[in-house]
Amino acid sequence: MSDTRNLFNRVWDNHVVRELASGQSQIFIGQHLIHEVTSPQAFQMLRDRGLKVMYPERTLATVDHIIPTQNQARPFADDLAEEMMSAIEKNCDEFGITLLDLKDHRQGVVHIVGPELGVTQPGMTIVCGDSHTSTHGAFGSIAMGIGTSQVAAVLATQTLPMSRPKVRRIEVNGELGPGVFAKDVALFIIRKLGVQGGVGYAYEYAGTVFDAMTMEERMTVCNMSIEGGARCGYVNPDQTTIDYIRGRPFAPQGAAFERAAEYWLSLASGPDAEYDDVVVFDAADIEPTVTWGINPGQSVGVNEEIGAVDSFPASERAGVREALDFMELQEHQPIKGLKIDVAFVGSCTNGRISDLREAARVAEGHRVADHVRALIVPGSQQVRQQAEEEGLDKIFEEAGFQWRAAGCSMCLAMNPDKLSGREICASSSNRNFKGRQGSPTGRTLLMSPAMVAAAAIAGEVVDVREIAAPVGV
Amino acid sequence: MKKIVQVTGPGIPLLLDDIDTDRIIPARYLRCVTFDGLGDHVFKDDREQHGDHVFDRDHHKDAKILIAGRNFGCGSSREHAPQALLRWGIEAIIAESFAEIFHGNCTALGIPCVHATPQQLKHIAAAVEADPSLHLTVCIETSTVTHGDTKHDCHIHEGTRTALVSGQWDYLGELLEGEPEIRATAGKLPYMTNFA
Ligand code: SF4
Repeated sequence: MSDTRNLFNRVWDNHVVRELASGQSQIFIGQHLIHEVTSPQAFQMLRDRGLKVMYPERTLATVDHIIPTQNQARPFADDLAEEMMSAIEKNCDEFGITLLDLKDHRQGVVHIVGPELGVTQPGMTIVCGDSHTSTHGAFGSIAMGIGTSQVAAVLATQTLPMSRPKVRRIEVNGELGPGVFAKDVALFIIRKLGVQGGVGYAYEYAGTVFDAMTMEERMTVCNMSIEGGARCGYVNPDQTTIDYIRGRPFAPQGAAFERAAEYWLSLASGPDAEYDDVVVFDAADIEPTVTWGINPGQSVGVNEEIGAVDSFPASERAGVREALDFMELQEHQPIKGLKIDVAFVGSCTNGRISDLREAARVAEGHRVADHVRALIVPGSQQVRQQAEEEGLDKIFEEAGFQWRAAGCSMCLAMNPDKLSGREICASSSNRNFKGRQGSPTGRTLLMSPAMVAAAAIAGEVVDVREIAAPVGV
Repeated sequence: MKKIVQVTGPGIPLLLDDIDTDRIIPARYLRCVTFDGLGDHVFKDDREQHGDHVFDRDHHKDAKILIAGRNFGCGSSREHAPQALLRWGIEAIIAESFAEIFHGNCTALGIPCVHATPQQLKHIAAAVEADPSLHLTVCIETSTVTHGDTKHDCHIHEGTRTALVSGQWDYLGELLEGEPEIRATAGKLPYMTNFA
């Protein structure tokens, strides 16, 4: 009988340690990633119980959320941030875990550095105390965010209790139009299936659009799976995956790499793989997309108007009213032409080299509007270095963008980069929740990096296709 | 380990949908190395912006059971969110649905997440609003919520229910017992042996 399991179920089955009394499975975790915000309490839990880290070499630590992107001299100006930095340094030292700190040129946002270093590989289970761990699914791994108690469990046992989710295949077929990017695909899927449409599911992304995507583009879409309620999303490994991983420092080398590649490809869902649900979309329906509300599902194509409250399902109307009210927007208002105060390109969604290249292509030869504060924040030190080698930093600075050091920056504003008051930010990040960018009353419009750059120049939301000669994905 | 079979106490109604963990505990309060003191900051921004937030109302200050809407706890995986609720005094949450990571975090802390229909939630919230001192009883064993003579048949995920009533919600000990099987599984995974 042929094996009709999809990739998710194959990888899951390989990692089942045993069944637990609760009916959940104890699942082995192949790679654990940690950062300074959600780990200190976990190490304390270990100390309180007198436990050790079972597989210290399977955890990698970096610093990203709280670090300043301007003045990185220690001690940090913010005492609490300094305390968290010292805590992760001490914890990693005491428990024997590799830490990529600010002095290490490999440091960066956790979901950027994992793939960049070849730590992220197909067929693994990967967890991190951060919901955007779903990013790593782009390689055909099971990758999901966890809480701090679970971080402690992974440190102590390299396992977690889990219930197997259902698997939904999301196919996007056809070709993306010019100026339409992976970010637009992600926002489109969330708009169609809802911010909770994925609860209980793992998403398998497939179809010709995903086949044609680069690894960086696949990461952008997988990153946003959690915004659609799915704890993880993945793309089946293919030659694009193999080519990306080859030669990266943490990847297997030489003959071992060839054996690994063969194994990775063998895990991919076959043509007769079974799913709990299948959804199919047409790439031609996807426009450059902008959010207007306070969750990532509240979005429109850049040339559309915000819908009337009554055009939404009854169960969503209260949320739509709350969003319009908070954003100070009206029903039927076009999103195009909305004035912005701040522009941010960065984050684990869109802080990779290809994102910076797209933004630079739009910015080149233009000037940021006088009333706009615009930040470019590379996702890692290596991305920053690569961008500088290509001269992107010069393009940005000449256009009036600030060129910063690597970190989470204004994605969640636990560091000095924040909105103030009612500012409106065109942002390449992943969440437009109330207060997300540091000001409790600040407002966020999510869009692709190219659209953010275009908005920075125009000083308002514009269709990037009207500013730059479109290249497409 | 402590078996959690029921939670009894006053309720606090917050019937909104898609409440994300950034709203439950804003990111600036994540600059900490312990969870102590988080209870003071729960829903901080909502409370400051709107005044008269339910979490500020004196008659709800002893509440133990939160009544919420759909997709409660979506967004960031921060365990700080349920930790803040727990430290404020919340010991159980009844909602139409929960975001998964949040649900898992609650279970790990021994906070039962109970699923109820919108009608049941409206009914329970109305009863609490009419009499904030009213005691609700969440029975984990039977997945029911009771107040006065009214009993609602609700739903608790089977794994969670078993874990809470058997005391296995604090699962670290049980995971550790599997060490021989953990090592055996690790030994079979190709990436643990450099794809030998
Ligand atoms: S960039 Fe944003 S979403 Fe990504 S890890 Fe940092 S804070 Fe989280």
